Amino acid sequence: MSTSTAAATHGSAIVRKSLFKRLVANPMGATTGVFLLLVVIIAFIAPLIAGFDPAATDTNNLMTAPGGAHLLGTDSAGRDVLARIFFGAQTTLISAVLVVVTSIAIGVPTGLVAGYYGGKFDGIASWIANMLMSLPSIIVLLAVRAALGPSIFVSMVVFGILIAPGFYRLTRTAVMSVRNELYVDAAKVSGLSDVRIIAKHIFTVVRAPIVIQAAMISGIAISIQSGLEFLGLGDSSMISWGVMLNEGFRNIFVNPLLVLWPGIVISLTIGSFALFGNAMRDALEDSQKISAKNKKRSDASAAASFAVAETEVPADADKHLLTVGHLSVGYPQGDGSLKKVVSDVSFFVDKGEVLGIVGESGSGKSQTAFSILGLLPSNAKIASGHILFEGSELVSATEGAISQQAMTQFRGKRIAYIPQEPMSNLDPSFTIGYQLVRPMTEVLGISKKEAKARAIGLLETVGINNPERVFKSYPHEVSGGMAQRVLIAGAVSCEPDLLIADEPTTALDVTVQAEVLDLLRDLQKRLGMGMVLVTHNFGVVADLADRVVVMQYGRVVETGDVRSILRNPQEEYTQVLLSSMLEGKTPMTMLTGNAKEQ
Amino acid sequence: MFAFIARRLGSGALLLLVISTIAYFLMFFSTSNVAMNILGEDASPEAIIAKQQELGLDKPILERFWGWLTHAVTGDFGTSWFTNEEIIKTIFNRLPVTMTLVIGAILIAAVLATVLGMTAAVKGGAIDRLVQFLAVAGFAVPNFVVAIFLVTLFAINFALLPATGWVPIQDDPAQWFLSLILPTSALVISTVASAAQQIRSAIKAVLEKDWVRTLRSRGIPQREILFKHVLRSAAPSGLTVLSLQFVGMLGGAVIIESIFALPGIGQLAVESTSKGDTPVVMGVVVYTVVIVIVVNLVVDLVNGWLNPKVRV
Repeated sequence: MSTSTAAATHGSAIVRKSLFKRLVANPMGATTGVFLLLVVIIAFIAPLIAGFDPAATDTNNLMTAPGGAHLLGTDSAGRDVLARIFFGAQTTLISAVLVVVTSIAIGVPTGLVAGYYGGKFDGIASWIANMLMSLPSIIVLLAVRAALGPSIFVSMVVFGILIAPGFYRLTRTAVMSVRNELYVDAAKVSGLSDVRIIAKHIFTVVRAPIVIQAAMISGIAISIQSGLEFLGLGDSSMISWGVMLNEGFRNIFVNPLLVLWPGIVISLTIGSFALFGNAMRDALEDSQKISAKNKKRSDASAAASFAVAETEVPADADKHLLTVGHLSVGYPQGDGSLKKVVSDVSFFVDKGEVLGIVGESGSGKSQTAFSILGLLPSNAKIASGHILFEGSELVSATEGAISQQAMTQFRGKRIAYIPQEPMSNLDPSFTIGYQLVRPMTEVLGISKKEAKARAIGLLETVGINNPERVFKSYPHEVSGGMAQRVLIAGAVSCEPDLLIADEPTTALDVTVQAEVLDLLRDLQKRLGMGMVLVTHNFGVVADLADRVVVMQYGRVVETGDVRSILRNPQEEYTQVLLSSMLEGKTPMTMLTGNAKEQ
Repeated sequence: MFAFIARRLGSGALLLLVISTIAYFLMFFSTSNVAMNILGEDASPEAIIAKQQELGLDKPILERFWGWLTHAVTGDFGTSWFTNEEIIKTIFNRLPVTMTLVIGAILIAAVLATVLGMTAAVKGGAIDRLVQFLAVAGFAVPNFVVAIFLVTLFAINFALLPATGWVPIQDDPAQWFLSLILPTSALVISTVASAAQQIRSAIKAVLEKDWVRTLRSRGIPQREILFKHVLRSAAPSGLTVLSLQFVGMLGGAVIIESIFALPGIGQLAVESTSKGDTPVVMGVVVYTVVIVIVVNLVVDLVNGWLNPKVRV
């Protein structure tokens, strides 16, 4: 059970106001909250409602069955089980409170100081925290019991110390994440003392996660406390659920029911604490999503009108290498609607042709590219349209999702992909060589030796000076530009017919960008590949593309020949894009006209 | 690599020293009645004083601690105050029981948790919710309640398995195996769900990596991506989760050994602490800390070896 530290960074006033309401609205939160409240009330009014003295033995009524005067029966000494359950709640709750109070009192202040100031204190405190966390607490508690006696409450205070690192780490992480926030800086500049800043700004942030953690730790505390008593290591004269379990277990062959009741209340109480903590976390996270949700809802209602529309399969699909017809992609929302990220997009790519898809981030251009590869996130839905490769269907709305099975015969072999961010697109645990060789042995069915020779050749082709060394290297051992060359080599290794390049130069240094673009153009020409080039940069489009699709808000705004679009953009959005991206510069293609000569 | 191990061993030795010092001085409070506990209620005052002198309890605490420490570093933990048995021998006699139990349980839990966590992360849906539910249930029901339930069901109601006791493997392998089933199950059941949930999160985090998508685009089969690449990247987090569970199981074994009357270290811990047998308690504490240090070191080394950036 770990609590989300992500929630730690958000703890605004709005959250606090309605947290209670949302908690009650959540069935899990309400049920477990009511149960825990009931346990608290019972603990307080146990003497009033128990009906029996929980310690009074009655030799005439040993281990009676449930029912009658003793609702849950009596134990081996004739004591009323229900009364002992009621009174046992007191011990349980006191134990939980002792553990939580002790661990908060130690963990939170040290975490605040360590997170805020760092330095030596942080080092020492973290070492101690790691040390405490690495010990099996039961064995420590046994040693403590031997030393300090059988009082369960002493053991619980010690357990509070042992588990304080939980609060320490939570607080420390949360404080570190906000320490450098602007509002904390502003408070510093305005001359607030550190104590005031911690009390006012930082404590607000960690309060909610601390409450959640406290619920979890209460559960653990009850488990440990009843475990110790069950072992017979508590004070056996005490009335508690753990002691009841211990007595019940000794008579388990005679009357198994005696372990059932305390077992149930212990499990229910611990489970309630855990679920209550979860519900609280959900409530906190929900409140952060609310503003976003309200915005989505308006979009969703518009989207719902054309969810899963049947569209005609484009008639001339077999003439083109790739045909995308009326493609819509969406993500299902909590309220059952579909949030569209791509709407009714159509275009085609011919053999050997470069199509540029241009748009700002969020225009749906990458989503379009991923749907061609069948690599949309698993929760994405194809709401309408078709994607055809040489006339055969890759994706259609009738299936809703993409059939991974159908895609495998195309991926790598016919359609390849060049990603945007080179360093995050190589598996850090495997060598570059392995990541080049394996797809070739799989897709082309050639031997490892053959594939290695090809890979070295490819690395040379993409302009890597020392291919043997790079082949043996791990991804972290090469530069970003080199990694992108490796990825390009991987993409063309099986000589695909269509290359999908998603912002292939965006993450690279300006000097490297030009080289990689040259390489791409060269390879595309040499292998005669069709290419879909996704970019936000009109310069890249001017450099490489034959035709252009301009996208905005998931729709196609304008499409056409690259020259006519650059010279004479029809749509206002294209004009805006052009003027903002080529600010103060005249597009070189338009002047020199040498990049596209066909 | 060598410097790393040396540093970790040094830090471990420091930890061991701090813990045993604290433990020794804590135990000081419990030594007042020990002589009487050993000799019985009706021992004469003279006999008690003689016993105290024999145990060295009349000497100052610092002197006693120094004596214990100088012997302990040579591996000599002395003899039990109650049985006069050599402590190192007692621990090594009982170690196989606890280790069989805990190592068996952690291996089973590791396999189950990986399978469950992987399925939940990849398939989502119903099995994902089931794992989440089981994780809460596993947290809610303490291991001794699980054990009691298992005993009631399989040993008492169906009488299929022995309720308590331990048969050494050399005496009767079949009985040995049967006597292990219930205690091992109790440990596994109470840890597997929360481990599965944490492994699920680790795998989910890896599945969102860009390179997973790129591998798929290259035509690598999904199964190979999951079992070769994703599992490999999630292994360090998984191992860390399991090492924490292992330490938790050492504690859990204390309770489980009591319930099933298994003559392991856990039972020794309970017996010696309730009697106040300081040398034995110290032996158990040192043994536990050493195991924890070794497990953490091994996990760090394996994680380092798995990560090419750290590997040397």
